[in-house]
Amino acid sequence: MEAFLHQVFSGLATGGIYASLALAMVMIYQSTHHINFAQGEMAMFSTYLAWTMTQAGIPFWIAFVLTVAISFVAGVVIERVVIRPVEQAPVLSVVTVFIALLVILNSIAGWIYTYTIKSFPSPFPAEPPFGNKFISSHELGTIGITLVVLVMLYAFFRFTPLGLAMRAAAQNPVSSRLVGIRVGWMLALGWGLAAAIGAVAGILVAPVIYLEPNMMAGVLLYALAAALLGGIDNPIGAVLGGFLVGVMENLLGAYLIGTELKLTVALVIIIMVLVVKPSGFFGRVLVSRV
Amino acid sequence: MAALLEVLNLNAGYGATSVLHQVNFAVEKGGITAVLGANGAGKTTLLRAVCGMVKRSGQVRLEGKDTLGMATEDIVRLGVAQVPDGRGTFVDLTTEENLRLGAYTRRDKAGVAQDMERVFSYFPKLKERRAQQAGTLSGGEQQMLAISRALMLRPQLLLLDEPSFGLAPLIVQEIFRIMRRINQEDKVSLLLVEQNAKLALELADQAYVLETGRVVASGPSSQIQQDETVRRSYLGH
Repeated sequence: MEAFLHQVFSGLATGGIYASLALAMVMIYQSTHHINFAQGEMAMFSTYLAWTMTQAGIPFWIAFVLTVAISFVAGVVIERVVIRPVEQAPVLSVVTVFIALLVILNSIAGWIYTYTIKSFPSPFPAEPPFGNKFISSHELGTIGITLVVLVMLYAFFRFTPLGLAMRAAAQNPVSSRLVGIRVGWMLALGWGLAAAIGAVAGILVAPVIYLEPNMMAGVLLYALAAALLGGIDNPIGAVLGGFLVGVMENLLGAYLIGTELKLTVALVIIIMVLVVKPSGFFGRVLVSRV
Repeated sequence: MAALLEVLNLNAGYGATSVLHQVNFAVEKGGITAVLGANGAGKTTLLRAVCGMVKRSGQVRLEGKDTLGMATEDIVRLGVAQVPDGRGTFVDLTTEENLRLGAYTRRDKAGVAQDMERVFSYFPKLKERRAQQAGTLSGGEQQMLAISRALMLRPQLLLLDEPSFGLAPLIVQEIFRIMRRINQEDKVSLLLVEQNAKLALELADQAYVLETGRVVASGPSSQIQQDETVRRSYLGH
């Protein structure tokens, strides 16, 4: 029972990371109908940035906040400079740009930091909180930070005029322009927010999976599975999907298929969803007339 | 009266297709101008061209200021609101959120709250449905919402694309009555594009008839109403 609970809790912790990254992808999907395959590499780059800062002696939490802020700006710049020119382009061109971004970020990170695996400090104490046996401090901290980020995002989109404008721009750009919303900037802001969320996810997962340029490949796959499971156009679905995938991954890995085959769980989920219920649990069924 | 909107030699279209050819028309300050025409005459394109939503050339002057090079968002900020073709409802948002979006460019919170009450007084149905998802409103209610959303900008010029389209006669009458009030009480100038020529001519003071992208008749509505060809083509008597 103890082991089982431990698997569930640590599944919730990694699930929070999948949820964050899935949410980042869903945010961009909602406004552009494209999946940003480079979301993971952007998060990886942000994590290296945080590592560089901590190596330079900047306290962890200051490095954390600075990294998130810089990632936000970088996300906005990437949208303006790289994505905007292909806004109207056919879907394959856009996918190519995303893949290019993925490879470029990966290569630059490898070039600057080498492919050597580095350890990344956890900001949380090594011993478990309150002497319990189920959950480590880092796992608890990860769950806590993820929930704070999710609640802040929810409040932003639900209660602020800017959040409302971003939702409006994503669902109806034409009407949005007619009420004076600068739709292009809303898209860029969305990219900024997605990059910032990715940075948080990267920093939280790095102490567990270690820092190297390919660190996010597996995480991105799980996040994609989470987003599809919850419904690729539903942010709340993506978050629930993230936690669900995290727990499933852990339980299946521990009791059924072993850790070596864990990544297959993500692939199986992706295929199952696409075959059985392409809209996911909470997604909108898209009907188009031909 | 001075012209609020003055359009000279306007050409507009989509990609390689041009829809409007050398169109001239004006909306007086405080006036109501109607543009009549059959399906495909270019009425919707005309409104889109005024708001910079399509490729255009010529002159589109708002209070003497040429808006040709301006983006839609900036033209809106000059006080031009549009009730677009298909109503442009934000279907996943609530009625109230739709209205708040209409006032997106405004910073005067008190004024916005006041205007919200004002549009609710015009359309009490919307107040009942303020927390409801806008996509679930009926066609007539969505048309009321579209007009209200446009009014939340507190515009000086309101463009309306077929406000009577697909609505029951009683609702159409109500909407036209409110459009007159908006014009008289709120001093909003109206540019109305309609297939229902009879209603439009009763409301408007100036009228233009559009045929395959060209203005073929223009003048005071009373005069257009008497025009033989217009009567035969659009009024059916």
